[in-house]
Amino acid sequence: MTSIILFLAGLAAFGGWWLAKQRISAKPWLEEGLAGEMPGTGALAIPAAKVGLGVFLAVVGALFALFISAYSMRMGMSDWRSVPMPRLLWPNTGMLVMSSVALQWAVVATRRGDEDVVRISLLAGGFFAVAFLAGQLWVWRQLEESGYLLAGNPANAFFYLMTGLHGLHMLGGLVALGRTTDHAWRGEAPAGIRLGVELCASYWHFLLLVWLVLLNLLTGWADNVIDVCRGLLT
Amino acid sequence: MVDVPLGPAGAVPPADVEDMSLYHPHSWVTKYVFSQDAKVIAVQYSITALSVGLIALVLSWLMRLQLGFPGVFSFIDANAYYQFITMHGMMMVVYVLTALFLGGFGNYLIPLMIGARDMVFPYANMLSFWFYLLAVLVLVASFFAPGGPTGAGWTLYPPQAITSGTPGGQDWGIILMLVSLMIFIIGFTMGGLNYVVTVLQARTRGMTLMRMPLTVWGIFTASFMALLAFPALFVGCVMMLFDRTLGTSFFVPAIVEMGQPLERSGGSPLLFQHLFWFFGHPEVYIVALPAFGIVSDIISTHARRNIFGYRMMVWALLAIGALSFVVWAHHMYVSGMNPYFGFFFATTTLIIAIPTAIKVYNWILTLWRGNIHLTVPMLFALAFIVTFVNGGLTGLFLGNVVVDVPLSDTMFVVAHFHMVMGVAPILVIFGAIYHWYPKVTGRMLNDALGKLHFWVTFLGAYLIFFPMHYLGLMGMPRRYYDSSDIAFVPSSAHTLNAFITIVALTVGAVQLVFVFNLLWSLRHGRKADGNPWRATTLEWQTPETPPPHGNWGKEQPVVYRWAYDYSVPGAARDFIPQNEPPVARPSLETVS
Repeated sequence: MTSIILFLAGLAAFGGWWLAKQRISAKPWLEEGLAGEMPGTGALAIPAAKVGLGVFLAVVGALFALFISAYSMRMGMSDWRSVPMPRLLWPNTGMLVMSSVALQWAVVATRRGDEDVVRISLLAGGFFAVAFLAGQLWVWRQLEESGYLLAGNPANAFFYLMTGLHGLHMLGGLVALGRTTDHAWRGEAPAGIRLGVELCASYWHFLLLVWLVLLNLLTGWADNVIDVCRGLLT
Repeated sequence: MVDVPLGPAGAVPPADVEDMSLYHPHSWVTKYVFSQDAKVIAVQYSITALSVGLIALVLSWLMRLQLGFPGVFSFIDANAYYQFITMHGMMMVVYVLTALFLGGFGNYLIPLMIGARDMVFPYANMLSFWFYLLAVLVLVASFFAPGGPTGAGWTLYPPQAITSGTPGGQDWGIILMLVSLMIFIIGFTMGGLNYVVTVLQARTRGMTLMRMPLTVWGIFTASFMALLAFPALFVGCVMMLFDRTLGTSFFVPAIVEMGQPLERSGGSPLLFQHLFWFFGHPEVYIVALPAFGIVSDIISTHARRNIFGYRMMVWALLAIGALSFVVWAHHMYVSGMNPYFGFFFATTTLIIAIPTAIKVYNWILTLWRGNIHLTVPMLFALAFIVTFVNGGLTGLFLGNVVVDVPLSDTMFVVAHFHMVMGVAPILVIFGAIYHWYPKVTGRMLNDALGKLHFWVTFLGAYLIFFPMHYLGLMGMPRRYYDSSDIAFVPSSAHTLNAFITIVALTVGAVQLVFVFNLLWSLRHGRKADGNPWRATTLEWQTPETPPPHGNWGKEQPVVYRWAYDYSVPGAARDFIPQNEPPVARPSLETVS
């Protein structure tokens, strides 16, 4: 359970830092007075949707951290046999990176107010994301054809489950991206869709980060790190 | 979504959110059924959760009948008994307590108490309820599925949960349970995002974090915890569902079933226990923290005294929330874990007692020399303090490895957790319903029926669960369908069991009085004015009662003070609402 504890410790550190700025050592019983006189009043200067996405990403992060915890616990048992990594995972990762880059490009373009670039970069982001998902499905097929079935051994099951869950999160993101792209192509001004584009881009970067962590873990690069952690704990 | 435009001053929302940006219902269906108004959603959540609670109550009667009079009721066989305890436990913990505190009270109280017009994501809020209802329907459907509901125990430990010896293990029971939990968690996540972001983003002018009532602090912290803890249950559910339906072996080791080795091998049952309790322990506090907050407000209001140590109360809530994530393995002392782990988890468990004790002391010091009004909500709040201390003390026993090992899986554990997370939070729920019912409906609940409900429930709970501690110390095992043949259990224990059953039926029956009171008072209750308890918090200061859509009429309130200005020396009344502007009052010296 080390990964989830580390993840939550990170969140707790952030939460503590944020609360420290909110004057939680104030003595409210002494502070009678007009609004606005007190610092730390009212809402954050960020749109609610962004805060909402931030909290949601914390939840998704916890979900994946838990899967990683379970994975590394199971890996520690003596009968562990890893899945061979299909090479196709590399181009897939490239697709996902391109998708993230395209959306970041869209964010920059909305800020500049460049409508055409926004439309094209949103489309490109969606295209690369779909390509990534198709590639992942292809990876599943390759594994299946070489006999690594879901129920074959725990490593296979973890591989399918974690890539599948990541893919589902991409699919959910694609729905939001589809809506934003639709708005852009219907001629809504860049300022009107800026929030949507920014939210999509943040979500994409986050899923890219999750994917890179998963890839590290599944390909075994992270084994050494896990061994060190286990050494510390036992 | 209500977009709050930001002025040049930065983060201060304007006094009036334009009505155009509020969602407006246009028909009866969107007003009362598919409503996006947090207050309607709160009532929907509460009614659903209370209905589930009644089902779970009936299940507890049935299992008590078997325990008190084994062999008398032929329709309760071993399978049915296990199905009753499983469904009773899961329903009460997840579908009643969590849903009521966060979905019910959270939805109703957060926007009103922080001076907002609604939740920040009303549409997701509505979806949250419908997901919850779907989860409940899926769960209840398992009663009618072939093989009946799962009988795996509320902890659903694999591999027994998905093998053929357990009721529902190879039928629909366990599948429906897992699917229902997953739907619940998805729905809760949508609601939880709302509760958290609304508190962060939609507070009215002047409502600093440290001016929020403790109820909001409790629900806010608990929502955060639930958002981070429920994924653990989700992961466990997904993996077990794969094990059950797709033949994977996440949790199923090589085992022999009915003399035949199963095809599976390589799974780790302990992995599930870790995941389950990583959710399961925070869950205790997800239920307890809103209760802590609500009790603080009820006590302060009905004792006409400011809450003692408000800052410490907030910090204690946060500390409990954080600590509750590093104690989970104290539920697993007997799983064969490394003794050093046991030592670690026993230590963290005992450390949680410190912030908890701070809260208890502060409640008592709030009452000290207060002007205590023994209203029905106050009675329930006081009963909560006593009960929580009781249940907490037995928690100190069970938190220690050496004491826990012999007591593990006995009735002592059942008595402990029913006291601390069954009876105690339910008492708060009752108290809170008596407290806020006038705001929700505009009428008071009947006082005499309320007192009857309180005394029978409170005394009855003690008559049920105190003797259970003794049964546990005697070694009486929990989860046994029939213990009449066990040699070391004396016949007096069976008499005690019969006694507990009779009290349990009585306490159950008096809940019907409560339900009657809820329905009867809707029409015939005494009319309540906007602020019948003379309370300071914003929800009592709405221009209309019950509060209409948008809560505040034309202008959102502006907050000038904290939530606990009761019996302020020199003030005209013994309470000053949060939105009352300061006046130049004579100083203390001139008054005396």
